Amino acid sequence: MSFDWSAVIAALPQLLQGAELTVFIAAIGLILGISVGMLLGMLRAFGPMPVNALVQVYVAFIRGTPLIVQIMFIYFALPILMHVRIQGVTAGIIAIAINSSAYVAEIVRGSLLSISKGLTEAGLAMGLPFWKVLVFITGPLAFRRLIPPLGNQCITSLKDTSLLLVIGVSELTFTGQEIIADNFRAVEIWSAVAMIYFVMLSAVGLFWQYVERRMPIL
Amino acid sequence: MSIVKFSNVQKSFGPHKIFNGINLEIMPREVVVVIGPSGSGKSTLLRCINALESIEDGDIRVDGYSVKGGRNDIRNIRLEAGMVFQQFNLFPQMTALENVMFGPMRVRKATRRDARELALALLEKVGLSERANHYPAELSGGQQQRVAIARALAIRPKLMLFDEPTSALDPELRQEVLKVMQTLAEEGMTMVIVTHEIEFARKAGTRLLFMEGGKIAHDGTPGELLTNPPSERLRDFLQHVV
Repeated sequence: MSFDWSAVIAALPQLLQGAELTVFIAAIGLILGISVGMLLGMLRAFGPMPVNALVQVYVAFIRGTPLIVQIMFIYFALPILMHVRIQGVTAGIIAIAINSSAYVAEIVRGSLLSISKGLTEAGLAMGLPFWKVLVFITGPLAFRRLIPPLGNQCITSLKDTSLLLVIGVSELTFTGQEIIADNFRAVEIWSAVAMIYFVMLSAVGLFWQYVERRMPIL
Repeated sequence: MSIVKFSNVQKSFGPHKIFNGINLEIMPREVVVVIGPSGSGKSTLLRCINALESIEDGDIRVDGYSVKGGRNDIRNIRLEAGMVFQQFNLFPQMTALENVMFGPMRVRKATRRDARELALALLEKVGLSERANHYPAELSGGQQQRVAIARALAIRPKLMLFDEPTSALDPELRQEVLKVMQTLAEEGMTMVIVTHEIEFARKAGTRLLFMEGGKIAHDGTPGELLTNPPSERLRDFLQHVV
Protein backbone atom coordinates (compact mmCIF):
# COMPACT_ATOMS: atom_id res chain seq x y z
CA MET A 1 0.00 0.00 0.00
CA SER A 2 1.13 3.58 -0.44
CA PHE A 3 1.06 6.41 2.07
CA ASP A 4 -1.49 8.94 0.88
CA TRP A 5 -0.15 12.35 1.86
CA SER A 6 -3.18 14.11 0.47
CA ALA A 7 -5.34 12.46 3.15
CA VAL A 8 -3.08 13.92 5.84
CA ILE A 9 -3.10 17.36 4.28
CA ALA A 10 -6.86 17.33 3.94
CA ALA A 11 -7.30 16.27 7.57
CA LEU A 12 -4.72 18.66 8.98
CA PRO A 13 -6.94 21.69 9.69
CA GLN A 14 -9.40 19.53 11.61
CA LEU A 15 -6.62 17.69 13.46
CA LEU A 16 -5.00 20.94 14.48
CA GLN A 17 -8.32 22.13 15.81
CA GLY A 18 -8.44 18.96 17.89
CA ALA A 19 -4.88 19.59 19.04
CA GLU A 20 -5.86 23.08 20.10
CA LEU A 21 -8.62 21.71 22.30
CA THR A 22 -6.21 19.10 23.68
CA VAL A 23 -3.78 21.85 24.68
CA PHE A 24 -6.57 23.96 26.13
CA ILE A 25 -7.93 21.17 28.33
CA ALA A 26 -4.47 20.06 29.43
CA ALA A 27 -3.32 23.61 30.19
CA ILE A 28 -6.33 24.66 32.25
CA GLY A 29 -6.53 21.25 33.92
CA LEU A 30 -2.84 21.34 34.83
CA ILE A 31 -2.88 24.92 36.10
CA LEU A 32 -5.74 23.98 38.43
CA GLY A 33 -4.26 20.57 39.25
CA ILE A 34 -0.79 21.91 40.03
CA SER A 35 -2.16 24.74 42.18
CA VAL A 36 -4.38 22.43 44.19
CA GLY A 37 -1.66 19.78 44.28
CA MET A 38 0.86 22.24 45.73
CA LEU A 39 -1.54 23.20 48.49
CA LEU A 40 -2.34 19.56 49.23
CA GLY A 41 1.36 18.65 49.20
CA MET A 42 2.11 21.36 51.73
CA LEU A 43 -0.73 20.15 53.94
CA ARG A 44 0.61 16.62 53.67
CA ALA A 45 4.11 17.74 54.59
CA PHE A 46 3.34 20.19 57.38
CA GLY A 47 -0.41 20.14 58.04
CA PRO A 48 -2.03 19.11 61.30
CA MET A 49 -3.04 15.49 61.72
CA PRO A 50 -6.77 15.52 60.70
CA VAL A 51 -6.16 17.61 57.55
CA ASN A 52 -3.17 15.48 56.68
CA ALA A 53 -5.21 12.29 56.96
CA LEU A 54 -8.01 13.75 54.84
CA VAL A 55 -5.59 14.66 52.06
CA GLN A 56 -4.04 11.21 52.31
CA VAL A 57 -7.45 9.63 51.70
CA TYR A 58 -8.09 11.93 48.72
CA VAL A 59 -4.74 11.05 47.17
CA ALA A 60 -5.24 7.33 47.76
CA PHE A 61 -8.69 7.46 46.21
CA ILE A 62 -7.68 9.38 43.09
CA ARG A 63 -4.54 7.34 42.52
CA GLY A 64 -6.43 4.15 43.27
CA THR A 65 -9.02 4.50 40.50
CA PRO A 66 -8.44 4.61 36.73
CA LEU A 67 -8.63 8.01 35.09
CA ILE A 68 -11.08 6.70 32.52
CA VAL A 69 -13.46 5.71 35.33
CA GLN A 70 -13.05 9.16 36.88
CA ILE A 71 -13.90 10.75 33.54
CA MET A 72 -16.99 8.57 33.14
CA PHE A 73 -18.04 9.30 36.70
CA ILE A 74 -17.73 13.06 36.33
CA TYR A 75 -19.51 13.11 32.97
CA PHE A 76 -22.26 10.53 33.49
CA ALA A 77 -22.71 9.97 37.25
CA LEU A 78 -22.10 13.41 38.75
CA PRO A 79 -24.92 15.09 36.74
CA ILE A 80 -27.37 12.50 38.08
CA LEU A 81 -26.18 12.95 41.66
CA MET A 82 -26.13 16.73 41.57
CA HIS A 83 -28.85 17.49 39.04
CA VAL A 84 -26.59 19.57 36.82
CA ARG A 85 -25.65 19.40 33.16
CA ILE A 86 -21.95 19.21 32.55
CA GLN A 87 -20.23 19.82 29.24
CA GLY A 88 -17.65 17.36 27.94
CA VAL A 89 -14.85 19.92 27.92
CA THR A 90 -15.65 21.02 31.47
CA ALA A 91 -15.75 17.41 32.63
CA GLY A 92 -12.41 16.86 30.93
CA ILE A 93 -10.79 19.83 32.63
CA ILE A 94 -12.15 18.76 36.02
CA ALA A 95 -10.94 15.19 35.50
CA ILE A 96 -7.43 16.27 34.50
CA ALA A 97 -7.29 18.79 37.37
CA ILE A 98 -8.39 16.32 40.04
CA ASN A 99 -6.26 13.51 38.70
CA SER A 100 -3.06 15.54 38.39
CA SER A 101 -3.58 17.26 41.75
CA ALA A 102 -3.23 13.93 43.57
CA TYR A 103 0.05 13.10 41.87
CA VAL A 104 1.40 16.63 42.23
CA ALA A 105 0.54 16.55 45.95
CA GLU A 106 2.87 13.59 46.40
CA ILE A 107 5.60 15.19 44.29
CA VAL A 108 5.39 18.40 46.31
CA ARG A 109 5.38 16.55 49.62
CA GLY A 110 8.47 14.63 48.56
CA SER A 111 10.46 17.66 47.50
CA LEU A 112 9.49 19.70 50.55
CA LEU A 113 10.54 16.91 52.89
CA SER A 114 13.79 16.42 50.99
CA ILE A 115 14.99 19.92 51.89
CA SER A 116 17.44 19.71 54.78
CA LYS A 117 15.83 20.47 58.13
CA GLY A 118 18.88 22.53 58.97
CA LEU A 119 17.85 25.20 56.45
CA THR A 120 14.45 25.55 58.09
CA GLU A 121 16.16 25.81 61.47
CA ALA A 122 18.55 28.44 60.15
CA GLY A 123 15.57 30.49 59.01
CA LEU A 124 13.65 29.98 62.25
CA ALA A 125 16.71 30.79 64.33
CA MET A 126 16.79 34.24 62.68
CA GLY A 127 13.34 34.97 64.02
CA LEU A 128 11.35 34.26 60.87
CA PRO A 129 7.96 32.60 61.28
CA PHE A 130 7.64 29.17 59.65
CA TRP A 131 5.55 30.38 56.71
CA LYS A 132 8.17 32.97 55.77
CA VAL A 133 10.90 30.33 55.88
CA LEU A 134 8.73 28.31 53.49
CA VAL A 135 8.07 31.24 51.15
CA PHE A 136 11.60 32.66 51.00
CA ILE A 137 13.93 29.72 51.62
CA THR A 138 12.68 26.14 51.55
CA GLY A 139 9.79 26.64 49.10
CA PRO A 140 11.95 28.01 46.26
CA LEU A 141 14.52 25.26 46.86
CA ALA A 142 11.83 22.59 46.84
CA PHE A 143 10.42 24.05 43.61
CA ARG A 144 13.72 23.42 41.86
CA ARG A 145 13.52 19.75 42.83
CA LEU A 146 9.95 19.74 41.62
CA ILE A 147 10.84 20.61 38.05
CA PRO A 148 11.68 17.15 36.63
CA PRO A 149 8.66 15.32 38.10
CA LEU A 150 6.41 18.29 37.28
CA GLY A 151 7.56 18.03 33.68
CA ASN A 152 6.64 14.36 33.78
CA GLN A 153 3.20 15.17 35.12
CA CYS A 154 2.52 17.74 32.38
CA ILE A 155 3.47 15.21 29.73
CA THR A 156 1.35 12.48 31.31
CA SER A 157 -1.68 14.74 31.73
CA LEU A 158 -1.48 16.05 28.16
CA LYS A 159 -1.52 12.49 26.87
CA ASP A 160 -4.30 11.58 29.30
CA THR A 161 -6.63 14.02 27.56
CA SER A 162 -6.87 11.43 24.76
CA LEU A 163 -9.05 9.37 27.10
CA LEU A 164 -11.71 12.07 26.81
CA LEU A 165 -12.70 10.50 23.51
CA VAL A 166 -14.91 8.17 25.59
CA ILE A 167 -17.17 11.10 26.43
CA GLY A 168 -17.03 12.53 22.92
CA VAL A 169 -14.83 15.57 23.53
CA SER A 170 -13.42 16.52 20.13
CA GLU A 171 -9.79 16.65 21.21
CA LEU A 172 -7.03 15.32 18.97
CA THR A 173 -7.53 11.56 19.35
CA PHE A 174 -11.31 11.78 19.01
CA THR A 175 -10.93 13.99 15.95
CA GLY A 176 -8.57 11.48 14.35
CA GLN A 177 -11.00 8.67 14.98
CA GLU A 178 -13.85 10.66 13.46
CA ILE A 179 -11.84 11.39 10.32
CA ILE A 180 -10.91 7.73 9.90
CA ALA A 181 -14.56 6.73 10.27
CA ASP A 182 -15.10 8.91 7.23
CA ASN A 183 -12.14 8.14 4.96
CA PHE A 184 -10.76 4.83 6.29
CA ARG A 185 -7.15 6.14 6.04
CA ALA A 186 -6.05 4.63 9.40
CA VAL A 187 -2.32 4.58 8.63
CA GLU A 188 -2.12 8.19 7.50
CA ILE A 189 -4.36 9.69 10.15
CA TRP A 190 -2.98 7.78 13.16
CA SER A 191 0.54 8.64 11.98
CA ALA A 192 -0.42 12.30 11.76
CA VAL A 193 -2.09 12.18 15.18
CA ALA A 194 0.99 10.56 16.71
CA MET A 195 3.28 13.17 15.15
CA ILE A 196 1.16 16.05 16.40
CA TYR A 197 1.26 14.61 19.94
CA PHE A 198 4.99 14.12 19.62
CA VAL A 199 5.57 17.73 18.59
CA MET A 200 3.36 19.07 21.41
CA LEU A 201 5.00 16.88 24.03
CA SER A 202 8.49 17.76 22.82
CA ALA A 203 7.59 21.40 23.28
CA VAL A 204 6.46 20.67 26.84
CA GLY A 205 9.73 18.83 27.48
CA LEU A 206 11.79 21.70 26.08
CA PHE A 207 9.89 24.22 28.17
CA TRP A 208 10.71 22.39 31.40
CA GLN A 209 14.29 21.92 30.28
CA TYR A 210 14.51 25.69 29.87
CA VAL A 211 13.01 26.27 33.32
CA GLU A 212 15.49 23.86 34.86
CA ARG A 213 18.40 25.60 33.18
CA ARG A 214 17.26 28.87 34.72
CA MET A 215 16.67 27.27 38.13
CA PRO A 216 19.13 24.41 38.52
CA ILE A 217 18.62 21.91 41.31
CA LEU A 218 20.80 22.76 44.32
CA MET B 1 21.50 40.71 85.60
CA SER B 2 21.83 37.51 83.61
CA ILE B 3 21.15 37.37 79.88
CA VAL B 4 20.25 33.67 79.88
CA LYS B 5 18.59 31.98 82.83
CA PHE B 6 17.58 28.31 83.05
CA SER B 7 15.26 27.61 86.00
CA ASN B 8 14.65 23.98 86.84
CA VAL B 9 14.42 22.96 83.16
CA GLN B 10 12.93 19.54 82.44
CA LYS B 11 12.98 17.87 79.06
CA SER B 12 12.54 14.37 77.64
CA PHE B 13 12.66 12.80 74.21
CA GLY B 14 9.85 10.27 74.42
CA PRO B 15 10.32 8.19 77.54
CA HIS B 16 13.97 9.22 77.78
CA LYS B 17 14.58 12.00 80.28
CA ILE B 18 17.21 14.42 78.99
CA PHE B 19 17.19 17.22 81.55
CA ASN B 20 16.03 16.77 85.07
CA GLY B 21 16.11 20.22 86.58
CA ILE B 22 18.82 22.29 84.92
CA ASN B 23 19.67 25.61 86.52
CA LEU B 24 22.11 27.93 84.82
CA GLU B 25 22.74 31.64 84.61
CA ILE B 26 24.84 33.28 81.94
CA MET B 27 25.98 36.88 82.33
CA PRO B 28 26.60 39.37 79.52
CA ARG B 29 30.10 39.14 78.01
CA GLU B 30 30.62 35.62 79.27
CA VAL B 31 32.13 33.14 76.80
CA VAL B 32 30.69 29.84 77.95
CA VAL B 33 32.21 26.71 76.45
CA VAL B 34 30.14 23.55 76.82
CA ILE B 35 31.92 20.21 76.56
CA GLY B 36 30.91 16.65 77.28
CA PRO B 37 30.55 13.23 75.71
CA SER B 38 28.15 12.78 72.82
CA GLY B 39 24.58 12.30 73.97
CA SER B 40 25.21 14.27 77.13
CA GLY B 41 22.69 16.93 76.10
CA LYS B 42 25.01 19.80 75.24
CA SER B 43 23.53 20.54 71.80
CA THR B 44 20.04 20.19 73.22
CA LEU B 45 20.92 22.65 75.98
CA LEU B 46 22.01 25.16 73.35
CA ARG B 47 18.97 24.59 71.13
CA CYS B 48 16.62 25.10 74.06
CA ILE B 49 17.94 28.64 74.52
CA ASN B 50 16.45 29.86 71.22
CA ALA B 51 13.47 27.50 71.37
CA LEU B 52 14.52 25.25 68.50
CA GLU B 53 13.83 22.57 71.11
CA SER B 54 10.90 22.93 73.46
CA ILE B 55 11.09 22.28 77.18
CA GLU B 56 8.51 20.51 79.30
CA ASP B 57 8.84 22.18 82.62
CA GLY B 58 10.70 25.01 84.25
CA ASP B 59 11.62 28.10 82.24
CA ILE B 60 14.39 29.62 80.19
CA ARG B 61 14.56 33.38 79.96
CA VAL B 62 16.70 35.23 77.48
CA ASP B 63 17.04 38.91 78.28
CA GLY B 64 13.73 38.67 80.11
CA TYR B 65 11.80 36.91 77.31
CA SER B 66 10.58 33.41 78.07
CA VAL B 67 10.85 30.43 75.70
CA LYS B 68 7.37 29.60 76.95
CA GLY B 69 6.06 33.10 76.38
CA GLY B 70 4.47 32.40 73.00
CA ARG B 71 5.21 33.57 69.50
CA ASN B 72 6.29 37.11 70.33
CA ASP B 73 8.70 36.17 73.09
CA ILE B 74 10.25 33.45 70.96
CA ARG B 75 10.67 35.85 68.06
CA ASN B 76 12.39 38.35 70.35
CA ILE B 77 14.65 35.67 71.76
CA ARG B 78 15.67 34.60 68.27
CA LEU B 79 16.39 38.17 67.29
CA GLU B 80 18.72 38.46 70.27
CA ALA B 81 20.41 35.08 69.89
CA GLY B 82 22.30 34.44 66.67
CA MET B 83 22.90 30.78 65.89
CA VAL B 84 25.73 29.01 64.08
CA PHE B 85 25.24 25.35 63.12
CA GLN B 86 27.58 22.42 62.71
CA GLN B 87 26.47 21.98 59.08
CA PHE B 88 26.62 25.74 58.29
CA ASN B 89 23.10 25.65 56.76
CA LEU B 90 23.76 28.51 54.36
CA PHE B 91 20.94 29.08 51.89
CA PRO B 92 22.32 27.42 48.75
CA GLN B 93 20.38 29.52 46.25
CA MET B 94 21.87 32.75 47.58
CA THR B 95 25.39 34.14 47.33
CA ALA B 96 27.44 34.74 50.46
CA LEU B 97 26.39 38.40 50.35
CA GLU B 98 22.70 37.56 49.88
CA ASN B 99 22.87 35.08 52.75
CA VAL B 100 24.13 37.82 55.06
CA MET B 101 21.69 40.41 53.70
CA PHE B 102 18.73 38.08 54.14
CA GLY B 103 18.27 38.52 57.90
CA PRO B 104 18.49 42.31 57.98
CA MET B 105 16.03 42.60 55.08
CA ARG B 106 13.48 39.94 56.02
CA VAL B 107 13.69 40.11 59.79
CA ARG B 108 14.94 43.58 60.65
CA LYS B 109 13.16 45.30 57.74
CA ALA B 110 16.34 47.09 56.64
CA THR B 111 16.44 48.67 53.19
CA ARG B 112 18.38 46.83 50.51
CA ARG B 113 21.09 49.46 50.63
CA ASP B 114 21.58 49.34 54.39
CA ALA B 115 21.49 45.55 54.41
CA ARG B 116 24.12 45.44 51.68
CA GLU B 117 26.38 47.85 53.50
CA LEU B 118 26.07 45.91 56.75
CA ALA B 119 26.61 42.57 54.98
CA LEU B 120 29.74 43.80 53.23
CA ALA B 121 31.14 45.09 56.51
CA LEU B 122 30.45 41.76 58.22
CA LEU B 123 31.97 39.76 55.37
CA GLU B 124 35.04 41.92 55.68
CA LYS B 125 35.12 41.23 59.40
CA VAL B 126 35.20 37.48 58.77
CA GLY B 127 37.77 37.98 56.01
CA LEU B 128 35.59 37.10 53.03
CA SER B 129 35.08 40.37 51.15
CA GLU B 130 36.45 38.87 47.96
CA ARG B 131 34.07 35.93 48.15
CA ALA B 132 30.91 38.00 48.59
CA ASN B 133 29.44 37.00 45.25
CA HIS B 134 30.21 33.30 45.47
CA TYR B 135 27.57 30.69 46.16
CA PRO B 136 27.98 28.40 49.20
CA ALA B 137 28.85 25.45 46.95
CA GLU B 138 31.83 27.43 45.65
CA LEU B 139 33.24 28.03 49.15
CA SER B 140 35.31 25.79 51.41
CA GLY B 141 33.78 24.55 54.64
CA GLY B 142 35.72 27.08 56.66
CA GLN B 143 34.59 29.90 54.41
CA GLN B 144 30.99 28.73 54.57
CA GLN B 145 31.10 28.68 58.34
CA ARG B 146 32.55 32.20 58.43
CA VAL B 147 29.71 33.38 56.17
CA ALA B 148 27.30 31.66 58.56
CA ILE B 149 28.82 33.61 61.45
CA ALA B 150 28.44 36.85 59.50
CA ARG B 151 24.85 35.93 58.70
CA ALA B 152 24.09 35.37 62.39
CA LEU B 153 25.77 38.65 63.36
CA ALA B 154 23.75 40.52 60.74
CA ILE B 155 20.58 40.37 62.82
CA ARG B 156 22.53 42.26 65.48
CA PRO B 157 22.23 39.68 68.27
CA LYS B 158 23.20 40.28 71.88
CA LEU B 159 24.21 36.67 72.23
CA MET B 160 25.74 34.10 69.90
CA LEU B 161 25.08 30.36 70.07
CA PHE B 162 27.54 27.98 68.41
CA ASP B 163 26.61 24.34 67.94
CA GLU B 164 29.83 22.45 67.24
CA PRO B 165 30.90 25.05 64.68
CA THR B 166 34.13 23.29 63.70
CA SER B 167 33.11 19.63 63.93
CA ALA B 168 32.36 19.34 60.21
CA LEU B 169 35.66 20.95 59.19
CA ASP B 170 39.09 19.61 58.29
CA PRO B 171 41.67 20.43 60.96
CA GLU B 172 43.39 23.06 58.83
CA LEU B 173 40.11 24.89 58.20
CA ARG B 174 39.14 24.97 61.86
CA GLN B 175 41.63 27.66 62.80
CA GLU B 176 40.15 30.30 60.48
CA VAL B 177 36.74 29.78 62.10
CA LEU B 178 38.13 29.72 65.64
CA LYS B 179 40.05 32.91 64.95
CA VAL B 180 36.86 34.73 63.97
CA MET B 181 35.17 33.40 67.11
CA GLN B 182 38.05 34.50 69.28
CA THR B 183 37.87 38.01 67.84
CA LEU B 184 34.18 38.09 68.69
CA ALA B 185 34.92 36.95 72.22
CA GLU B 186 37.55 39.67 72.60
CA GLU B 187 35.04 42.27 71.43
CA GLY B 188 32.82 41.30 74.37
CA MET B 189 30.13 39.29 72.59
CA THR B 190 28.26 36.96 74.90
CA MET B 191 28.77 33.46 73.54
CA VAL B 192 27.68 29.92 74.31
CA ILE B 193 29.76 27.40 72.41
CA VAL B 194 29.28 23.65 72.24
CA THR B 195 32.57 22.24 71.02
CA HIS B 196 35.33 19.69 71.35
CA GLU B 197 38.03 22.35 70.88
CA ILE B 198 39.67 22.24 74.30
CA GLU B 199 42.48 24.57 73.31
CA PHE B 200 39.96 27.16 72.18
CA ALA B 201 38.11 26.80 75.50
CA ARG B 202 41.34 27.51 77.34
CA LYS B 203 42.26 30.51 75.19
CA ALA B 204 38.92 32.22 74.57
CA GLY B 205 36.51 30.82 77.18
CA THR B 206 35.70 32.60 80.41
CA ARG B 207 33.66 29.69 81.71
CA LEU B 208 33.55 25.97 81.08
CA LEU B 209 30.62 23.62 81.54
CA PHE B 210 31.15 19.86 81.51
CA MET B 211 27.93 18.03 80.79
CA GLU B 212 27.24 14.42 81.45
CA GLY B 213 24.00 12.46 81.36
CA GLY B 214 21.89 15.59 80.97
CA LYS B 215 23.44 17.30 83.97
CA ILE B 216 25.95 20.08 84.28
CA ALA B 217 28.57 18.02 86.08
CA HIS B 218 31.14 20.80 86.42
CA ASP B 219 30.90 24.55 86.08
CA GLY B 220 34.03 26.63 86.47
CA THR B 221 36.75 28.54 84.67
CA PRO B 222 38.62 26.74 81.89
CA GLY B 223 41.83 27.33 83.79
CA GLU B 224 40.83 25.44 86.90
CA LEU B 225 38.78 22.69 85.26
CA LEU B 226 41.31 21.90 82.53
CA THR B 227 44.43 22.12 84.66
CA ASN B 228 43.01 20.28 87.63
CA PRO B 229 40.04 18.20 86.55
CA PRO B 230 37.94 17.75 89.70
CA SER B 231 36.66 14.31 88.71
CA GLU B 232 37.98 11.09 87.25
CA ARG B 233 35.28 11.34 84.59
CA LEU B 234 36.39 14.77 83.32
CA ARG B 235 40.06 13.76 83.40
CA ASP B 236 39.19 10.70 81.36
CA PHE B 237 37.10 12.73 78.90
CA LEU B 238 39.85 15.30 78.38
CA GLN B 239 42.39 12.60 77.69
CA HIS B 240 40.21 11.19 74.94
CA VAL B 241 39.39 14.51 73.31
CA VAL B 242 42.80 16.13 73.19
